[in-house]
Amino acid sequence: MVPAMAEAAAIAAESLAGGRARAARTVLDQVVLPGEELLLPEQEDAEGPGGAGERPLRLNPGARSRVRVVCGPGLRRCGDRLLVTKCGRLRHKEAGCGGGVYWVDSQQKRYVPVKGDHVIGIVTAKSGDIFKVDVGGSEPASLSYLAFEGATKRNRPNVQVGDLIYGQFVVANKDMEPEMVCIDSCGRANGMGVIGQDGLLFKVTLGLIRK
Amino acid sequence: MEGPVPIEAQIRTETGAESGLRGPGCSLRHFACEQNLLSRPDGSASFLQGDTSVLAGVYGPAEVKVSREIFNKATLDVVLRPKIGLPGVAEKSRERLIRNTCEAVVLGALHPRTSITVVLQVVGNAGSLLACCLNAACMALVDAGVPMRALFCGVTCALDSDGSLVLDPTAKQEKEARAVLTFALDSVEQKLLMATTKGLYSDAELQQCLAAAQAASQHVFRFYRESVQRRYSKS
Repeated sequence: MVPAMAEAAAIAAESLAGGRARAARTVLDQVVLPGEELLLPEQEDAEGPGGAGERPLRLNPGARSRVRVVCGPGLRRCGDRLLVTKCGRLRHKEAGCGGGVYWVDSQQKRYVPVKGDHVIGIVTAKSGDIFKVDVGGSEPASLSYLAFEGATKRNRPNVQVGDLIYGQFVVANKDMEPEMVCIDSCGRANGMGVIGQDGLLFKVTLGLIRK
Repeated sequence: MEGPVPIEAQIRTETGAESGLRGPGCSLRHFACEQNLLSRPDGSASFLQGDTSVLAGVYGPAEVKVSREIFNKATLDVVLRPKIGLPGVAEKSRERLIRNTCEAVVLGALHPRTSITVVLQVVGNAGSLLACCLNAACMALVDAGVPMRALFCGVTCALDSDGSLVLDPTAKQEKEARAVLTFALDSVEQKLLMATTKGLYSDAELQQCLAAAQAASQHVFRFYRESVQRRYSKS
């Protein structure tokens, strides 16, 4: 039952192939490659609420409790370790509760829709009650005509094929078609909606946008 | 952002297996790799081994036709174009081998109902072509940010008539060899992902070639790591 993290770190320091697991905090801000496994830091056993010297009774006395860590983009959980799936620099951010977030900063050109992201899309088709908007992902996102500020069944928004729309994703996961809306949770547009005729559209890299 | 980052790495290695059948001075040819050199694909890489050079481009995860979509994972396509002439049966067979290797490694379950396309163009062929194609495909997949469970590399061995083993053979050595074996190995534990062989060899020789290829693959993975580190150190 000894995780032997120090030992693992020492072994891994000599191995260049990266096949052995290393402690995540020793690899922060370094380049990681797919296939590497990272060990998570473990929590110290907290003192019980009964006072000094008492420990909470555990059902499984041998196992140590682990800090709750969020696994961000580029990492997958496998067992109690993190598996790196993309190339890039490993980053960490402390959160208020738990161990924080780990993720891999990778340079990528292809956009994958994520819930909550604000995007600019081009309307490609109008079919019945929904518009299909090209957002640069693998599928066009769907946008209902009622998802605009002040839109009702009688008062349809004036959106044509080829217009630019600024909206945010409400549904974006790997199993379903992404859906976007042009209103926020209070029903206000907040800058979202059809973008006017003047202006230019530029494609920039994802790294610049994330900064 | 930055343009293509050319990376040269001279790696001459003694692969160091200790069997008596091995000839002296087994070494891999000079490697070079350049990433992100094409502007339209999502990921691209050019891999050189000696005079063999392959350019790879990866598009994905992108739209897929409804007739070809798989409900729970990504559809992987590989297209290999020879340097001259139209693609023939040999290219189709290599495409299938490369596709099987990539499917074992790419996490397709994260992008169901999409397609990931790898396009390979042979720029120069001076032996060990399939291994060079595998290396270029791996570097291009990494450049595109396709999620993978491990890296992979290709290593070719040639056995000549007196039983000596040559790694990374040139075209002339391949032609004169009694057997040519190509292996695809993964980066985590150097496990075998794909093997294709041509010619006559014994069981013991197969094991020796596999061991030599596993040792050589360490150098290829170290080269991958250095080239990726150099790329990220410039950003």
